[in-house]
Amino acid sequence: MKLKNLAVAALSAVVLALPATMAEASKVKGEVTNFDFSFQGLTGTYDRNQLQRGLQVYHEVCASCHGLQYVAFRTLSDRNGPELPEDQMRAFADMYEVWDDELRDWRPATGPDHFPDPGFEGAPDLSLMTKARAGFSGPYGLGINQLMKGIGGPEYIASFLLGYTGEEDFQAGSMFYENKAYGGWVSMAPVLFDDMVFYEDGTPATEEQMALDVAAFLTWTAEPKMVERKRAGFVGVIFLSVLAVLLYLTNKQLWAPIKKAAKKD
Amino acid sequence: MSGIPHDHYEPKTNAEKYMHRRLPVIGLLYDTIMIPTPKNLNWMWIWGVVLVFCLVLQIVTGIVLAMHYTPHVDMAFASVEHIMRNVNGGHMMRYLHQNGAMLFFLAVYLHMFRGMYYGSYKAPREVTWILGMLIYLLMMATAFMGYVLPWGQMSFWGATVITGLFGAVPGIGEMLQTWLLGGPAVDNAALNRFFSLHYLLPFVILGLVLVHIWAFHTTGNNNPTGVEVRRGSKEEAAKDTLPFWPYFVIKDLFALAVILALFWALVGFMPNFLGHTDNYIEANPLVTPPEIVPEWYFLPFYAILRAFTSDVWIVIAVNWLSFGIIDATFFGVLAMFGAIFVWALLPWLDTSSVRSGRYRPMFKMFFWVFIVNFWVLTWAGAMPAEGVYTNIALIGTAYWFAYFLVILPLLGVLEKPLPAPATIEEDFKASLKSKAGNDPKGPSAEPIPAE
Repeated sequence: MKLKNLAVAALSAVVLALPATMAEASKVKGEVTNFDFSFQGLTGTYDRNQLQRGLQVYHEVCASCHGLQYVAFRTLSDRNGPELPEDQMRAFADMYEVWDDELRDWRPATGPDHFPDPGFEGAPDLSLMTKARAGFSGPYGLGINQLMKGIGGPEYIASFLLGYTGEEDFQAGSMFYENKAYGGWVSMAPVLFDDMVFYEDGTPATEEQMALDVAAFLTWTAEPKMVERKRAGFVGVIFLSVLAVLLYLTNKQLWAPIKKAAKKD
Repeated sequence: MSGIPHDHYEPKTNAEKYMHRRLPVIGLLYDTIMIPTPKNLNWMWIWGVVLVFCLVLQIVTGIVLAMHYTPHVDMAFASVEHIMRNVNGGHMMRYLHQNGAMLFFLAVYLHMFRGMYYGSYKAPREVTWILGMLIYLLMMATAFMGYVLPWGQMSFWGATVITGLFGAVPGIGEMLQTWLLGGPAVDNAALNRFFSLHYLLPFVILGLVLVHIWAFHTTGNNNPTGVEVRRGSKEEAAKDTLPFWPYFVIKDLFALAVILALFWALVGFMPNFLGHTDNYIEANPLVTPPEIVPEWYFLPFYAILRAFTSDVWIVIAVNWLSFGIIDATFFGVLAMFGAIFVWALLPWLDTSSVRSGRYRPMFKMFFWVFIVNFWVLTWAGAMPAEGVYTNIALIGTAYWFAYFLVILPLLGVLEKPLPAPATIEEDFKASLKSKAGNDPKGPSAEPIPAE
């Protein structure tokens, strides 16, 4: 029994103590709404149409201040991403200008180029933002619901975009805006208003819809290989489980004569 | 190799004889893998194989990652993103390496706790224990430097805090810190040398692992009873033992497969579960994160480090006695390294003549408090260093030192141990019978050692 204690105590301590501590350490302070996204859960995948809509919101709204320096335009055509057709991707890239060291001049972007940084002071790069924020850490701070919901990064982004209370404050020459998701005052002004973009697939461009779409898009920019990773997870777990069962049976058979002999005398 | 009498390798074919006269490598492998192993080993004896697997996993994934990584402050973070996005299978390699380090530490702690409970460190296995502690220290150094390489915020600030500890050494501290970092602060020189050492140390660990295995193959494995294998004759030894291959290889592989299935689920479905979100923000020397938290496997020692603030009476006393040379920070550093040092001295601090904790009723209680205390310190290490948390850390630290320096030496004198079985064979049979329900008054209710 002590052995079982040893294993149980140690493992349960790991399961309970560690996530609690890590989750506690990286939680954001404000209120984050638990939105549903298509990529949650063990089998969740990105919704291509949603990523395309999110790209549109990024392009028309966010891109004037925020860059995506780790994302190459060509990846917009990748499978399990926005999956823009090649020609559309190139036409899209063409709308951005990047600095060319050889030409010593600006030129239109092409597939291999990355999204440029607009150089707006104080506006962080958004490529990894959904992995750099943990929206929630439940239940009870254990962080175990990550398995089904993720760490809450996209939820935080969406909540942030929708979280402006309307309160404004002018301090030291700049304007600050109160944001519930952030849990305080931020220098970024509210940017989303109903129908500020026009979705070609006919989806009504409500404030919440746009926030969710761009949060989904930014989740893809942060973790473009998520679908492949989950698939590898399934294959690996199934393979290893079958292997474990076979080894269990082998081991049982291997030890059977030894145990039989020991029990006899 | 082993002191336990058993059949050694005999070359049979001419080719084998030819080789054996010139380089007896087949014999070495044969004797290593056929080592007589106590029959009654339980499931806590699987962690060694898990650890060897982890080391190989880290080396293999690490070598591949190093092919694509750039150790330069301007490019390190971007090169990790390059691995995550453009390198074929790179995202899996990187997540396996990142989470592999965590499995490595989980396994090493369980391996050490097992050794502590069953007295695996006691004579004649002190050298095995010391080698293990050296491996553990190198693992911590390697993991710490590896965590700096992605050059995220937590990488940078973790490196700044930990190397700052050396700066707390009175007199030479600042010089020492500058020498370690190759400059006044964590910068390109530090990143480069951390990369170099992070690549080197695993191979040093590999060498020490081989010596660690050599050491316990010389003394023979300990086992849950702590009773030695009978060595009078080959027949007698065979009653207590079974060859490592195939009996324990298959058992260990089964356990490894179960652990890897769980590990793979973690990597596939929640690879950032135990990571810190701030490490997805590139290092910025001008912005300090709200809290600096090391990886979970360092937290108990981080708690000990931070427990000693300048208002603790022992710090005040030591500060006064040392004419102000030892301040609170340096005291914390000494306490942290001291905590690991007393752990290493375990073979000489435990005075009991009984090896296995199974037959030591008082030891057992204190041991379990030690385990709980370990996780409490882990938790306290992740909490802010203020208010009640430093008090908890202080109590935990006190228990840590008391366990090694007071409780273990005294228990050997005060405790009245229970009778241990005469032989391993007896224990093996008794455990099988009590499991089957034939002998409800059996000496112990251990689960079957290997199923």
